[in-house]
Amino acid sequence: MAVVEVRNLTKVFGEVLAVDGISFAVEESNFLILLGPSGCGKTTILRMIAGLEIPTSGEIYIKDRLVFSSKKGIFVPARKRGVGLVFQSYALWPHMTVFENIAFGLKVKRLKPSDIKEKVEKVLDFMKLEGMTNRYPQEMSGGQQQRVALARMLVSAPDIFLMDEPLSNLDAKLRLEMRADIKNLHRETGATTVYVTHDQVEGMTMASEIAVLNHGIIEQLEQPKKVYHLPSSLFVADFIGSPTINKIEGITALAEEGEGIVEIEFENMLLATSYRQISPGRKVMAAIRPENISLVTAPGKNTLQVQVNTVLPAGAETILQVSHSKLQFNILLTRETDLEVGEKINIYLPPEKILIFDRESAELLPNIS
Amino acid sequence: MVQGEKEDIRIKFSRLRNYIRQPHIIISLVLLLLLLFIVLIPFIKMVKDSFIWHFGDTRLSRSARPGSFTIFHWRRILASQITRNVLLRPLLNSLSTALGVSFFALIIGALLAWLLTRTDLPFRRLLATLAVLPYVIPSYIHALAWLTLFKNDRIGGAVGIFQYFFNLSPPNWLSYGYFPIVLTLSIHYFPYTFLLLSASLSSIDSRLEESGEILGATRSYILRRITFPLVIPALLSSFILTFSRALGIFGTPYFLGSPVRFFTLSTQIYSSITNRIPAAGYILALMLVAISSTVIYINQRIIGRRKGFVTIAGKGFRASLTPLGRLKYPALFLVVALLIISVLLPLVLLVWQTLTLYPGDYSLDNLSLLFWIGRGNTEFAEGEAGILRNPAIIKAAWNSIKLALTAAVLSGFIGIFIGYAVVKGRNTKLANSVEQIFFLPYLVPGIAFGALYLSLFTHRIGPIPALYGTFFLVALVCIAKNLPFTGRAGITAMLQIGNELEEASEIAGARWSTRFRRIILPLSIRGALAGFILVFITVMRELSLIILLVTPKTRTLTTMTFRYQEQGYTQFSSAISVLIVLIVVVGELISRKMGKKSII
Ligand SMILES: Nc1ncnc2c1ncn2[C@@H]1O[C@H](COP(=O)(O)OP(=O)(O)O)[C@@H](O)[C@H]1O
Ligand SMILES: [Mg+2]
Repeated sequence: MAVVEVRNLTKVFGEVLAVDGISFAVEESNFLILLGPSGCGKTTILRMIAGLEIPTSGEIYIKDRLVFSSKKGIFVPARKRGVGLVFQSYALWPHMTVFENIAFGLKVKRLKPSDIKEKVEKVLDFMKLEGMTNRYPQEMSGGQQQRVALARMLVSAPDIFLMDEPLSNLDAKLRLEMRADIKNLHRETGATTVYVTHDQVEGMTMASEIAVLNHGIIEQLEQPKKVYHLPSSLFVADFIGSPTINKIEGITALAEEGEGIVEIEFENMLLATSYRQISPGRKVMAAIRPENISLVTAPGKNTLQVQVNTVLPAGAETILQVSHSKLQFNILLTRETDLEVGEKINIYLPPEKILIFDRESAELLPNIS
Repeated sequence: MVQGEKEDIRIKFSRLRNYIRQPHIIISLVLLLLLLFIVLIPFIKMVKDSFIWHFGDTRLSRSARPGSFTIFHWRRILASQITRNVLLRPLLNSLSTALGVSFFALIIGALLAWLLTRTDLPFRRLLATLAVLPYVIPSYIHALAWLTLFKNDRIGGAVGIFQYFFNLSPPNWLSYGYFPIVLTLSIHYFPYTFLLLSASLSSIDSRLEESGEILGATRSYILRRITFPLVIPALLSSFILTFSRALGIFGTPYFLGSPVRFFTLSTQIYSSITNRIPAAGYILALMLVAISSTVIYINQRIIGRRKGFVTIAGKGFRASLTPLGRLKYPALFLVVALLIISVLLPLVLLVWQTLTLYPGDYSLDNLSLLFWIGRGNTEFAEGEAGILRNPAIIKAAWNSIKLALTAAVLSGFIGIFIGYAVVKGRNTKLANSVEQIFFLPYLVPGIAFGALYLSLFTHRIGPIPALYGTFFLVALVCIAKNLPFTGRAGITAMLQIGNELEEASEIAGARWSTRFRRIILPLSIRGALAGFILVFITVMRELSLIILLVTPKTRTLTTMTFRYQEQGYTQFSSAISVLIVLIVVVGELISRKMGKKSII
């Protein structure tokens, strides 16, 4: 049973088409991440699911109940949808203490004061916020405020957790900790979660599924691994992964030897790939992830001689930026290196790691090998 | 087919219902309806009333048929032998006084703003606080003080201090008319320019000036070529806004102008209406509205609507200050002298005046507390008791306070709703129209606004009873006139809160009434309080807005001042004025204590 399902959801703000007819479903206990650059419509989607924004058209189901339909003129207000939402700004009420902030939803539901106290204390405990009950939000650190915001959502035990870039206001170290905490939270509660972020690392590490958004449409919706290794479009390939994927513009050619391996011609060189069924003469973009490029000593097939432009050591890893005439490559080495800037080296691009995109449609070409 | 159509209509209907069900849409619609009643309908009614015969008009023309249509009044005002006296001269007087006032107020205010924000003048903070006072006290205080000082014996009644001591009758031009009106109003309005300009001056990034200095420019060159161009919009704007305010002012031109038959549009409106030629008053009021709107429209074009209201924060003064050098103490002396002349002196004169037993006799043995605490002596002022034990005045004081509180609370409250509707519906047509329409009362000068309400509420219309003579009507006009300020305060407060705090409570399951009570109200009340005190002070000293609407039952301290002054009981009028000043200054001090911004 899909806990959240949207169909053909569209939102227009004046002239701006913020969300352009998207559809997706989130199964019970799944953790869906909406990932995309800022302004692509993530927040708007989340707000429409929550009931804070009236969609222009489309349908939204929550636990198989139709909560919005433009065709049928149905709109269930936010307070009756049973969703929890963590705002990017946390939106903690500054005139209420931590306790009052968390207890608000329960008071609204007219629970007994003793029950409220018990429940609030339980989540405070759970979120490691003991001893802060009487503080005001302004008196807390960003990380603590974040926990209060989560606690406030948790206490009402909503069917669905919606989170809008909850970690974007934290510093790097805290973000790492909170990421783990939110993942635990999801594991322990098993709540269906829709989580918005523009941080692809967050997306890769937390999600059970990622929807990559671009200009109000979903480019790809799959498991993180799939999205990483088989990006469905150049946009996804570019957006996911750090350092960014390497791209080589070229034209397909039929291989002379082997069994019809597609080769790509660029700057009078041939690059072998594992593709078999692409007609020659097609304008394509080959792409390869930085960690898939290796350094070799001798020239040979699919090797290039390049010059080292930058060496960026980052602890256990090293990022190299190299160039071959006009071509630039990022290379991620999982070791330290004593290469120097200006040095000439040979790099090897393994054919089976090369992805080919159509240059016109920007879509990944199927590799039926 | 028919089935399908029915379905279609049903869906359209439910979509409409979903749209209208949003709280901010409902509130916007209610506010627009409210506005229809308090601004648009009065306006339409006034236009209509200028085209009909009224009961008193039988004196003007034999063909007058009360209640039926006529263009007689328009022709009479615009093209007859009285046009010159009723329209042109007052119009010219209004324009020329307003021009003079805004000119002098600009010069004094600009100089003061520069001295108090950009130089090393001692006691700047204290002086800046005091410099607002001439604007805080009612504008006619200066007129009454002027009369106390320079009233001559050519008009009749008691003479002023000048003639008493020098035995020299001041010429009419000094005692009444253009000169004293411009002078006293300039003194009243310069703080307004001062506030606008110091806000603008202290918002200039001092790095702009410093970079000029690094390049080797002299202080005066920087002032002329960098600072001055940056504040030109503020200069222009304060000139225009002062102009529009001075255009509609009533008390001062009435007290200082009418003894020598120097009429402005506003005093001419008053006299037409009290002479029972209401249509003439309405036509003049329409013209006043037209001029004032044009002027403010020009200002909006120059500076944008937002900044028409400037919010003055208690900003700290910045480090880059021009040293005054040898001029430091002469400048300090000038500023202090200005403040003494514009605040202390008028009050001392008025207090002195209240202590004279026989008016016009300023000798020490004529001093008496009769007009403050006397039990009433048939020899003086028809035996009325001193103001502190005079039931009529105590009643008026009570009325004033009741009026000011009612107007402040209600318009403050409506202001919060305006803020909510506007911010929540940001960028929608509905919200924009709410924002714009609530600005309208700002365009209507006080006396004209009073005339609007007079025309609407003297008779019963439909379900609305004739409200003339009721406290409710007076309160209503005060609420309506102040909505532009409280609405702006509400918008500012709401912008600071943002939408998400309310949305978070909606997610938590709270219905709108709970959200409003528990989230929106507590968070916006602090901001709204600034507007609240401002409205309290404004209404406390309000004269032009309510002078046409009050009756003996609803009179306030200000209208009592007016009546006593008219009857020549100047000690009473001065004493009541001093009382008003006390209340108003205490209000202002409280608002400053609370660290609130003053919104002008
Ligand atoms: N209330 C609004 N009014 C007008 N435009 C909006 C509004 N909210 C969002 N938008 C526009 O819709 C687009 C998507 O916004 P948003 O959903 O906030 O993006 P994201 O969360 O992915 O950064 C943007 O172009 C934004 O400018
Ligand atoms: Mg966003």
